[in-house]
Amino acid sequence: MTDKTPTDGFSEQTVWMLAIRDQRDKAAFGKLFDHYAPRLKGFIIRAGAPRAQAEDVVQDVMLTVWRKAHLFDPTRAQVSSWIYQIARNRQIDVIRKEARPMPEALKAEDEGDMEPDAGQVMALEQETDQLRAALDKLAPAQREMIERAYLGELSHSEIREATGLPLGTIKSRIRLGLERLRHELKDLRQE
Amino acid sequence: MSANISHHIPPEIMAAYAAGSLPHAFSLVVATHVSMCEDCRAELAAQETVGGVVLETLDSAEVSAGLKADVLSMLDDPVPPEPAPAKRSGVYPGPVMEALKGKPPRWKALGGGVKQCVLTGEGGSVSRLLWIPPGKPVPDHGHNGLELTLVLQGGFSDETGHFEVGDVEVATDDLDHVPTADPGAPCICLAATDAPLKFNSFLPRLLQPLFGI
Ligand SMILES: [Zn+2]
Repeated sequence: MTDKTPTDGFSEQTVWMLAIRDQRDKAAFGKLFDHYAPRLKGFIIRAGAPRAQAEDVVQDVMLTVWRKAHLFDPTRAQVSSWIYQIARNRQIDVIRKEARPMPEALKAEDEGDMEPDAGQVMALEQETDQLRAALDKLAPAQREMIERAYLGELSHSEIREATGLPLGTIKSRIRLGLERLRHELKDLRQE
Repeated sequence: MSANISHHIPPEIMAAYAAGSLPHAFSLVVATHVSMCEDCRAELAAQETVGGVVLETLDSAEVSAGLKADVLSMLDDPVPPEPAPAKRSGVYPGPVMEALKGKPPRWKALGGGVKQCVLTGEGGSVSRLLWIPPGKPVPDHGHNGLELTLVLQGGFSDETGHFEVGDVEVATDDLDHVPTADPGAPCICLAATDAPLKFNSFLPRLLQPLFGI
């Protein structure tokens, strides 16, 4: 477990999540809950879950966030995209009654937390803000298609016609985070 | 690790995987390719970033008054142990070993020296491992929809190009192709189709019901 990492300039969601990961901070979890639980509920209902089930899914997702916090890596994922991924897995579980095949994890659970590279974290946050601004500028119909795609309502061939967001810069930013992680894992394994 | 991969998962298929709308067998191919390819791991994370922005900006719905207290009261509950995900074994990455339930593949002859091992058949999509002798073709087949073929060992060529370890071929129903294994080592592939394969020659068609192709 690392000491408190310097978080100047990070978004409050990232600060909460790092406090949860590194200090098991329940007050920070409370704030994260207040921010994401209503968003998750809205998202889950839009994605087709019966209302009665929606809060069960919210509960499961938030508990998973707490229990798997050690896997959160702000140099590779925003809090929102990490929670998005957990929510999609949980919904596939509940609705389709199947487990989505997952890629091999990069970081083994026993390898401990690594000091996040603050510059990398902030650069990824900036890229995400720009992506959000780009989405805000879309015409309503186009925006609706993007939402439907990421809510899981469109097939891959419908997505090909509907989207085509410019993700090049965000992808190369994440690639840098991955390369750094590979180096650190290699060093750890050689020690 | 992924320096030589030149055929990747197209963005719309990655987006469908991230969003959970991709049928199970194709998701297995995507998860396996991402396990082998750094570039597509970044592509997946980029797609999930868009998903996160949608989650962040969509209309929210008020949660009931007691939900937060309920969740907070459960934080210290003992966590039910989860089985560890299956580990890579030989040429089979973790997601394939998971589909194999940790055991080596049980091959069944398909004719022409080609063997297969069906992995999953959920939701109208089928995934299978194919074992092709060096220099030999996969039986001539068409498919009703999308087909993803990921090379795990050796390599193959067809009308569209040459595919080596880590490469994924994306074929649609208009492609009637004859993949032929490279000389040297047998070629092992992970293939997913969203409909039963239609083999074009007479004998394999008769065998289709027997082998579940
Ligand atoms: Zn790739």
